[in-house]
Amino acid sequence: MFSYIVRRIIQSIPVLLLVTLGAFAVIILVPGDPAQHMLGYNATPESLRILREQLGLDRPISQQFWEFFQGAVVGDFGESILKKEAVSIVVGERAIVSILLLGYSVFIALFVSLPIATVSALRRNRWPDHLLRFASMITFAMPSFWLGLLLALWFGLHLGWFPVGGYSDSNISSALYTLTLPAITIGLYLAPLLARSLRSSLIEELDRDYVDAARGRGFTETRVIGGHVLRNSLIATVTVLSLNVGYLLSGTVIVENVFAIPGLGTLIVDAVMQRDYPLIQALTLFFGVAVIITNLLADLSYAVLDPRIRLERKR
Amino acid sequence: MKYLLSHNSRSVGDRLIRRASADRRWSRFSLYLGLTIVGFISLAAILAPWIAPYGEREIDLLSTFQPPSFKHILGTDDMGRDVFSRVLYGVRLDLQVVLVITYAPLLIGMFLGAIAGYFGGWIDTVINRAIDTVMAIPFLVLVIVVVAIIGPGLEGVFIGVMGVGWALYARLARADMLVIREEQYILAAKGLGYSTWRILFKHAVPNLLRSSLVFSVADIVLNMVLLAGVSYLGLGVQPPTAELGVIIADGQPFLLYAWWITTLPGLVFVFLGIGFSLIGDGLADMLGEEFKLTV
Repeated sequence: MFSYIVRRIIQSIPVLLLVTLGAFAVIILVPGDPAQHMLGYNATPESLRILREQLGLDRPISQQFWEFFQGAVVGDFGESILKKEAVSIVVGERAIVSILLLGYSVFIALFVSLPIATVSALRRNRWPDHLLRFASMITFAMPSFWLGLLLALWFGLHLGWFPVGGYSDSNISSALYTLTLPAITIGLYLAPLLARSLRSSLIEELDRDYVDAARGRGFTETRVIGGHVLRNSLIATVTVLSLNVGYLLSGTVIVENVFAIPGLGTLIVDAVMQRDYPLIQALTLFFGVAVIITNLLADLSYAVLDPRIRLERKR
Repeated sequence: MKYLLSHNSRSVGDRLIRRASADRRWSRFSLYLGLTIVGFISLAAILAPWIAPYGEREIDLLSTFQPPSFKHILGTDDMGRDVFSRVLYGVRLDLQVVLVITYAPLLIGMFLGAIAGYFGGWIDTVINRAIDTVMAIPFLVLVIVVVAIIGPGLEGVFIGVMGVGWALYARLARADMLVIREEQYILAAKGLGYSTWRILFKHAVPNLLRSSLVFSVADIVLNMVLLAGVSYLGLGVQPPTAELGVIIADGQPFLLYAWWITTLPGLVFVFLGIGFSLIGDGLADMLGEEFKLTV
């Protein structure tokens, strides 16, 4: 077990290094002079020189990378040009909002997809199942920003139940209140994916002998499904969720921009618009590391829950 | 197992057979319905320059914010441009771009995945690490970063998606190849002394196509959503060029009193997406694959 954990962690180190290299390369790959792009064409030569020095562009690339790497390890990415603050502080503040939004969305997605998937697995290839298939096609084909705008139009403008945009963090309930529409949008974006994977793992579990055994013992159907089948299927679904965290984050970036939520998604778009390269580098790395760590944790938790995994990989 | 346990196995068997043929009918229906939807919308998009009632950028300041009517089926926007005509041109552009950014990565990814799975060893390790790295960064974030490097526009979308999209197909092809590599007919081809490249491309790769093709249909929808999303953020296709994401973003400030600018083009988008999903679903059933929304 321990050796599996160590091996899995070692495996992700080259990927982490490559992602760091990729994030660093952003500023190198910019055609022309990044300092000029950032300050515009009316910048004085003096201010350009200072910015180049500040970004380290006057030093050789290998040294620049080494400095970036050293900074990345301790979370120091220099100062954001856009926010006039340390990049790490800006990213940290925004990350909390995004994480809250993500958690809320996943909760909604599970809330929607659990009953749907259960019904459609139990009524396989009958009308509830076809209905799920069709409903998931609709939400899958919906651009999340369009869905978000529709929800804002209906629940925000017409009914006035929720704010059309913005975020209030005075206390947790007002934060959740302002995040409700964005979370529903992301939740509906994620739900078809979850519902489909949950459906197929439920079907797989329902065919196992222990289900017949439990039924044979006279357990109620609620107990068989809720207590045994659903629990086993959820493990696989959580893995699917964590493997698709990139898909989820992409949706979050868009939806944050629709509802003007001050999270990482709006931050990265602002950073690109303002050509704030240190911020872009830090965010690229942050997103990459978040995905790698999520996948790592999912793999490890899966191995803890299911001994077959760690035994199989030992071979 | 279940078969033997049931009281009346014959009727269960009959029912299963009837169910199976109903499934086949459903999957054929799904495929044809999808082809009809996609065919109809694509045909309209291809013929846009001839059938669009107004020009893509034809401004008419005397008829701004007209609700849908016979004169303007989907209404007009803040500059009096006909939304229906813009949607036709938008779908035309979207479909062209999406076909390129879906099928070029399919070819590259299948090639790399096939090599990785077939040869194993250090080639496999290198390609696998590259896949992991590319997939570690969320797709949209990567496209945004590419845009940050080379500036807003379609080029950023092309480079970004080409740089990432292959990884999904490579992962699919690699996994299939690991199985195919051990099949009898490959061993037989090896025994006959065929060259490695002949075995790889004439015998193994055609068998990789199925799962990649089925996934590519879902990928078309994913790429459509991505392209529209990037353009919605103002980083992809630039206004005044018509593109569905651009049109929807254009209508956002006027959502309350000109709802049609945003909602109706989105509806066309969803129809097109459903059409592709129906094709994918039907195709997957017929080829005995599972239609997955992601890899």
